[in-house]
Amino acid sequence: MEETLMDLDLKEKEEYIINMGPQHPSTHGVLRFETCLQGEKVKWIRPHCGYIHRGIEKMSEALTYPQLVHLTDRMDYLSAHINNEAVALCVENAMGVEVSDRVKYIRTILAELTRLASHQLWWSAFGMDLGALTTFFYGLRDREKILDIFEESTGARLLQSFITPGGLMNDVHPNFQKRTKEFVKYFRKKLPEYDQLLTGNVIFQERTKGIGYMSLEDAISYGVTGPSGRGSGFHCDIRKIAPYSAYPLVKFNEITYTQGDTFHRYLVRMREMWESLDIIDQLVDNIPQGPTMLELKAVKPPKGEFYQRVETARGELGVYIVSDGGPTPARIRYRTPNFSNLFIINKIASGHKIADLVAISGSLDLVIPDIDR
Amino acid sequence: MYDFSPLIDSLSAWLNQTFSPFWAGFISMVLLGVALLAFYAVLGLYLVYAERKICARMQNRLGPNRVGPGGLFQTIADLIKLLMKELIYIRNADNLLFNIAPFIVIVASIMAIGSIPFAKGLQAIDLNIGVLYILAISSMGVIGVLIAGWASNSKYSVIGAMRSGAQVISYELSVGLALLCIIAYAGSMQLSEIIASQQDGWWIFKGHIPAWIAFVIYLIAGTAETNRGPFDLAEAESELTAGFHTEYSGIKFAFFFLAEYMNMFIIAAIATTLFLGGWLPFHIWHFDAFNRIMDYIPPVIWFFAKTAFVIYLMMWFKWTFPRLRIDQLLALEWKYLLPINLMNLIVIAFLILMQWHF
Amino acid sequence: MQVEQLTTWMQMLVPEATPGISKQYPEFIVPAAKLHDVARQLKENPETKMDYLFCLTGLDRKDGFHVVYHLTSTTLHHTVVLRVVLADKANPSVATVSDLWAAAEYFEREAYDLLGIKFENHPDLRRLFLEDDWVGYPLRKDYKDSFTLER
Repeated sequence: MEETLMDLDLKEKEEYIINMGPQHPSTHGVLRFETCLQGEKVKWIRPHCGYIHRGIEKMSEALTYPQLVHLTDRMDYLSAHINNEAVALCVENAMGVEVSDRVKYIRTILAELTRLASHQLWWSAFGMDLGALTTFFYGLRDREKILDIFEESTGARLLQSFITPGGLMNDVHPNFQKRTKEFVKYFRKKLPEYDQLLTGNVIFQERTKGIGYMSLEDAISYGVTGPSGRGSGFHCDIRKIAPYSAYPLVKFNEITYTQGDTFHRYLVRMREMWESLDIIDQLVDNIPQGPTMLELKAVKPPKGEFYQRVETARGELGVYIVSDGGPTPARIRYRTPNFSNLFIINKIASGHKIADLVAISGSLDLVIPDIDR
Repeated sequence: MYDFSPLIDSLSAWLNQTFSPFWAGFISMVLLGVALLAFYAVLGLYLVYAERKICARMQNRLGPNRVGPGGLFQTIADLIKLLMKELIYIRNADNLLFNIAPFIVIVASIMAIGSIPFAKGLQAIDLNIGVLYILAISSMGVIGVLIAGWASNSKYSVIGAMRSGAQVISYELSVGLALLCIIAYAGSMQLSEIIASQQDGWWIFKGHIPAWIAFVIYLIAGTAETNRGPFDLAEAESELTAGFHTEYSGIKFAFFFLAEYMNMFIIAAIATTLFLGGWLPFHIWHFDAFNRIMDYIPPVIWFFAKTAFVIYLMMWFKWTFPRLRIDQLLALEWKYLLPINLMNLIVIAFLILMQWHF
Repeated sequence: MQVEQLTTWMQMLVPEATPGISKQYPEFIVPAAKLHDVARQLKENPETKMDYLFCLTGLDRKDGFHVVYHLTSTTLHHTVVLRVVLADKANPSVATVSDLWAAAEYFEREAYDLLGIKFENHPDLRRLFLEDDWVGYPLRKDYKDSFTLER
């Protein structure tokens, strides 16, 4: 093999470059980390994205608003309901209409169930990143129950496209309330198991405490939102800052820690699951009656520009619609949480070991299609 | 009661009568080799099966249950699949070393099995330095791992191999020192004599607390030496895809895979032999009726039951703990296990000196 | 800071700034040459402390390319939107704000990748999603390639 100048340079410094991804067990999707290693130590990381870029923003320009909702499922596929809700809320705000209380309640319950399902999957995969394979099956066992609720009401398990501008595609299944309550009761018993299996483990704590420190300034500057940002003390919960749907009506805590390491990003998510259960508890018993779909003549926002922020399971999702008054947007822009959360990895993982890189990228909870869109 | 030595002796006597000494030796070698290989293959396959079933139990699932009753033939089907798979050759790989590596790993583990006493007289070779032989042979496997990592011409493999090297070299010390504790108690390195010294009580019972410490350290270090459980850094699949055997396919991969399980068996078998009384039955002091019943259970069953228990412990670690990081792994050995072990050895030497052991 | 205060403050800072069309957030159209200066003032002034850039968008409009900056303060909780209109469609270019907000570095790379807006002084202005040899900028309204579906 011919040696390039770069090879020689790297050889002198005893460094070498390894490509983690696009196909790699720890990237949870097609993302490539160009990682420079010195022995086991990570010198720098350069993330390369675009392997699953589908041009959702471009495609959406040719679709009507009710149609383009379906594409948002495919961004952060683990918070599909919340993505739908973001577009729906943005269009509704633009048109100056308000959905019925029933829709608001159901949307919020679905959003919190989605958050739970997403955090369960994250917990499963995070354990696996650290080499504790058993967590995967515990997490998926409980997530299955949420997906069953979704399946019954929306007809789909992963990409539901259930929330649409003007309300919901359909009313929820008559069993929805009963099964959700059953699930909350069940999961309150199962969640302590998660702590027993992983949180208290000495090896786990050794692996995560003090690793991947992210300062509050960095979190704000890079725009790291969601549980990852809240682990550094960034008060970025849109449900608190700019409440939407039924969030003004419920009491819950915004979980923040100031330590900013991998372990506290983990704790934020674990405690957020309890908060989500509380929110569902407060709402599920008093879902009011009412129409589930507004009678809209046409979904056509007026000329103008509209922005809507919502909190997905991974952080702040912004939907920016530029409308010329037509049935399709002139430009739609998604400010996706994972896009902003990704790029801090070079800052927080440099200087750590290669095994820590896996733990840190796991603690940021990246969903790759959401980065590439 | 169950003594296999007359059987073995009469067999060798018959061979020596019938054939010339050269051919008698040759035939006994061939017989032994075939027996060991068959044992090795069957045991390896069923350890894989056991691991899959146990881990399934721990993970709330069923595990293999389609091929044969309870999935009993699943691993055999897997082996057939692996045998028929294409062996992929890597461009720019060092072909000779690449092909040799899996054989070094598997040969090391086969050789170690040769000197394990399964029952009285049922031992292929009873060396007077049996423990030393097993330690020496089983640590040869790491050479195969290093060669595999280097020859694959893949960065993941090299990292995995280097980790494995660092790990095995460090933990070899703890394994050796932990075994040295029992050698000091027993006063011999010959495995049959170590077992004989446990006739009136296993070392873990009559060795006071130091024996327990040695046993725990041996278990930890032994697990680390087999690159398993929380110490599987060499093949950490979330970091290095598959570590040193990333580039291997088909039967060569199966060799690494089988060797891993056999190494686990060897570690467990040595733990059984040195700490848990080998093939000796479980006896309670002055409880003759009970002891008599225990004696009726054949030694082979005792041996495998104890080994299975230790293997189960190791599988339990693997499926409940997250993986350590390389610096933590080395810190654990050099900062904790090694000093504790050395102190432990001194305490044992003192105990023996004062004649305080049983 | 209230919206009125913010408006007067902005007008003091950049007399050329004109209020934008959005009713949702106070919005100002800032001349491209003064953008970096305004952004820095907004970030560093203790009265505004716009420390969080939560969205940066490139738009292809009839009067040129727009770059829209959504800024908010994490301590004072007010939001402002800055807009730059780049009338020169052939060579749109504006100063980078990636030295002020690290998030901007990647938002700007995305805008460069999909719309071809150049950000001056950007540390690493490369394509982000598309291949390096991709021809054209897909989010532009006049973008055509062999497999664009005409409706």
